[in-house]
Amino acid sequence: MSDTTLDAPIDNEIDIDKSADNAEYKNISWQGLWKNNAALVQLLGLCPLLAVTATLTNGLGLGLATTLVLIGSNSTVSMVRNLVPNEIRIPVFVMVIASFVTIVQLLMNAYTFELYQALGIFIPLIVTNCAIIGRAEAYACKNPVKFAAFDGLMMGLGFTLVLVILGAMRELLGNGTLFDGAHLLLGDWAQSLKITFFTPDNAFLLAILPPGAFIGMGLLIALKNVLNNHLEKRFEQPKAASTITRARVTADS
Amino acid sequence: MSFKLASSPHQHSQRNTAQLMRLVIWCALPGLLVQSWLFGWGSLIHFALATVTAVVTEVIILEVRKRNFEVAIKDSSAILTALLLAVSIPPFAPWWISVIGAFFAIAIVKQLYGGLGFNLFNPAMAAYVVLLISFPVQMTAWLPPASIALHSADFLDSLSMIFTQYSREGYSLAQLQAGIDGHTMATPLDQLKTDLTLGMTYSESLNNAIFDNGLGIGWLWVNMAYLAGGLVLLKQKAINWHIPVSLLLSLAVMATLFHLVDGDRFASATFHLFSGGIMLGAFFIATDPVSAATTNKGRLIFGAAIGFWIYLIRIFGGYPDAIAFSVLIMNMAVPLIDYYFRPRTYGHGRSAR
Repeated sequence: MSDTTLDAPIDNEIDIDKSADNAEYKNISWQGLWKNNAALVQLLGLCPLLAVTATLTNGLGLGLATTLVLIGSNSTVSMVRNLVPNEIRIPVFVMVIASFVTIVQLLMNAYTFELYQALGIFIPLIVTNCAIIGRAEAYACKNPVKFAAFDGLMMGLGFTLVLVILGAMRELLGNGTLFDGAHLLLGDWAQSLKITFFTPDNAFLLAILPPGAFIGMGLLIALKNVLNNHLEKRFEQPKAASTITRARVTADS
Repeated sequence: MSFKLASSPHQHSQRNTAQLMRLVIWCALPGLLVQSWLFGWGSLIHFALATVTAVVTEVIILEVRKRNFEVAIKDSSAILTALLLAVSIPPFAPWWISVIGAFFAIAIVKQLYGGLGFNLFNPAMAAYVVLLISFPVQMTAWLPPASIALHSADFLDSLSMIFTQYSREGYSLAQLQAGIDGHTMATPLDQLKTDLTLGMTYSESLNNAIFDNGLGIGWLWVNMAYLAGGLVLLKQKAINWHIPVSLLLSLAVMATLFHLVDGDRFASATFHLFSGGIMLGAFFIATDPVSAATTNKGRLIFGAAIGFWIYLIRIFGGYPDAIAFSVLIMNMAVPLIDYYFRPRTYGHGRSAR
């Protein structure tokens, strides 16, 4: 099984540490962005995901807010992980998350007021986003700060990515535009970002309405599974060939 | 000599899927023809458009899924879906309405769930609901019956309406919707609903030109044609009586109850039974063998609940007619109904659930 790791050169401890760190970072990125994606695989935080992705900008705004909260809460939880008794860890996590959500909410209220109004109740509701407490419980409370913060970043980015793609799909189908209202998030220069593909006489309302979010989400999950299968097949073929050559007759390995 | 080993059910029907589908199509044709006779060529044109789209979509998707599409096309189920969708679409709706609808019905509602026999929802009705909530303006623009319309539209006019939204003489849809007196005409159910919100009573509303003897002109005949087709289906044992009868009965009971309580606000049972697409819904849509309940007791519940929902949504809902919504709601309840009305296995006691 672990032939390759055994053969790896062992020079000194720092090198091992570094390579282990790098491997962990790589693993975190892979898990957060693809393999264990908060939205597509864990299906956490569906409520904001489905409710606010009517446009790309809304999706991006909520995704960034969630990412900020995730980084903050993950690193804080990781910092206090040895101080918090196991029995009361959930209330503590919720307090930490709630404080970060409040910070993000106040920041958005101050700097991106229109977007703050467009997202409405879904900013305070980030507190209840299961993706965040899920990461605090599953990862941050067991790992050092640097990994926990990076995990927050990657999970958040993975979530944001799905929000943006879903928002783009729905906005394109329903409005024929992309980046509509981007200036609410990015400032006045972003008004030129708006791309109008077509101006429909009759908007395809389904895409904008909640059912469109569910259908779009289902299609995205299906797409991810298709890509996954493709990747697995591609990586498996040489392995399958090599196992065939080993003619084992006994059960022990 | 070889014995065929077969699992249950051991009762054999001579028909295969394709024959059954074609029988249903033949039985629905009178309704389609009456509809076209009364309201113009639009329904036939939409039928053609929807059929082409549905068949092409099915071929493409089955090709992608690496299945044998020949069998699937030959069983005519896509054509039946297209037919049911086309008769639900207003005759002069733009061409892309039936194209989007047929694509959605086959690609999303039927094939994504696994193809014929696996769909949770009735494809035609799910597509109809998608169209209705996405394009409410086009999907509610029904025409007055040709006999009382101000402008008549022949086949080429209908083609031109569907593809350009203007007839050859340059009339718009709104102008073609006008009745003899020049007022835009709605469907009977729509008219009644609007009048009631305007403070008129039920009997006052019936004075409108689209009503004759308390029923919408034309719609009676459309419903009669579907009823006749449905009776043939019953006679041929293509469908069971349970769903249509319980559906019509529960709708009639609801309507009669409300009518007796307040005859000024609630229309009579006859009006409800012969307006909109009730007979189409009762005999052709709710009886879909895939998405309906599968036991006889379950079918009774299923049909009665659909009738109940149709009445509630017609009276208290936002849309004038409600067959598609009701059928979809009850499609969702089918697993539950089937769970509670599972037939008893032979030789097992009552409590063997």
